[in-house]
Amino acid sequence: MKGRRLFTYSGGSVISNSEFIWMGMPNTIMKMFNKSIVFGLVGITVTDRYAGVCPIRGSSMSPTFNPSLESFTDDYVFLEKFCLDKYKFSHGDVVIFSDPTNYKERCVKRIVAMEGDYVSNVNGAVKVPEGHCWVEGDNSAFSSDSRTYGPIPLGLIRGRVTHVIWPPQRMKKVDRRIPQEGFAF
Amino acid sequence: MSLFQLWAFIVKEALDKSFLVAKFFCAVHVTDTYLCSTALVHGPSMLPTFNLTNEIVLLERISTQNGKAGPGDVVVLRSPENPRKFVTKRIIGTEGDNITYIVDPKNSDRTETIIVPKGHVWVQGDNIYNSYDSRNFGPVPYGLLQGKVFWRIWPAGVFGSIGRRPETVDPALKVVEQSNPS
Repeated sequence: MKGRRLFTYSGGSVISNSEFIWMGMPNTIMKMFNKSIVFGLVGITVTDRYAGVCPIRGSSMSPTFNPSLESFTDDYVFLEKFCLDKYKFSHGDVVIFSDPTNYKERCVKRIVAMEGDYVSNVNGAVKVPEGHCWVEGDNSAFSSDSRTYGPIPLGLIRGRVTHVIWPPQRMKKVDRRIPQEGFAF
Repeated sequence: MSLFQLWAFIVKEALDKSFLVAKFFCAVHVTDTYLCSTALVHGPSMLPTFNLTNEIVLLERISTQNGKAGPGDVVVLRSPENPRKFVTKRIIGTEGDNITYIVDPKNSDRTETIIVPKGHVWVQGDNIYNSYDSRNFGPVPYGLLQGKVFWRIWPAGVFGSIGRRPETVDPALKVVEQSNPS
């Protein structure tokens, strides 16, 4: 068991000035620093590759997330990143992706149509190109989504939402669901 | 030492070593994703900057994460048509730029002009005669950029930095492509 040997030196040997300064720094601070760096690295790796937690802002996905404006806190969701291995997504998945109009922002929407499907938009039927998907928010009136900026490349997706984990009374699994109005045909 | 003590010692050693390996793996992942990574480049679309044969390059991730990758930079990006494929192209213009490009240089001189939308970049290969790029799949959202290529490390003969302007394409390259059945 290592004791806190701060101001002693072994045997009768003479120590230099620099050694004395180093022995003055407590061992515990170095250990804490070390542990926090390791914790940070492991945390970043797990969040990037496997799963993470993320708050939802805005009401574009009401009532699935943030159903009312008066709730005390935003919904927090659990997202998984295993889907980024093969990029296999299906209709109805709720995904988080980089906003195509501003790469620094993230958006959360539901995939309504995949590549090859036809979507009826205000300008007529649009075919979703290869490697893209059509996303829409559950709250159509307040959502800026593929109806505004077109289909998004699958490469922008950063994770798939599986559960709501906060607040406790709204904890639930997020299901794959096609909106009743059924756009894809 | 009793059998139990020996067994406990072995298990503890194994756990320590595996934690060390896990920590090393996390450090490698963080460096690879946020600092600097490597990529294999092949194909004719970036001649003469990159050769037909495989080349290994270093790419740095800091420019693309901070929005500093601009026209003239060679970048690696996820293909908009297949998210599991990475392509290497040069950025020609960013959002708001007016781009005039030759649609199909092998067959005609027809040009088109486009304004790059917000949040997107226009990428083209240096070898416009044989490159599948923004002229085919349109402007690319900035979020697809993976990193900026800044150094070549293999083969040893081409070790060195990448220029910001495409080296002039020799019209004779058109002949090389036709005689190469690929």
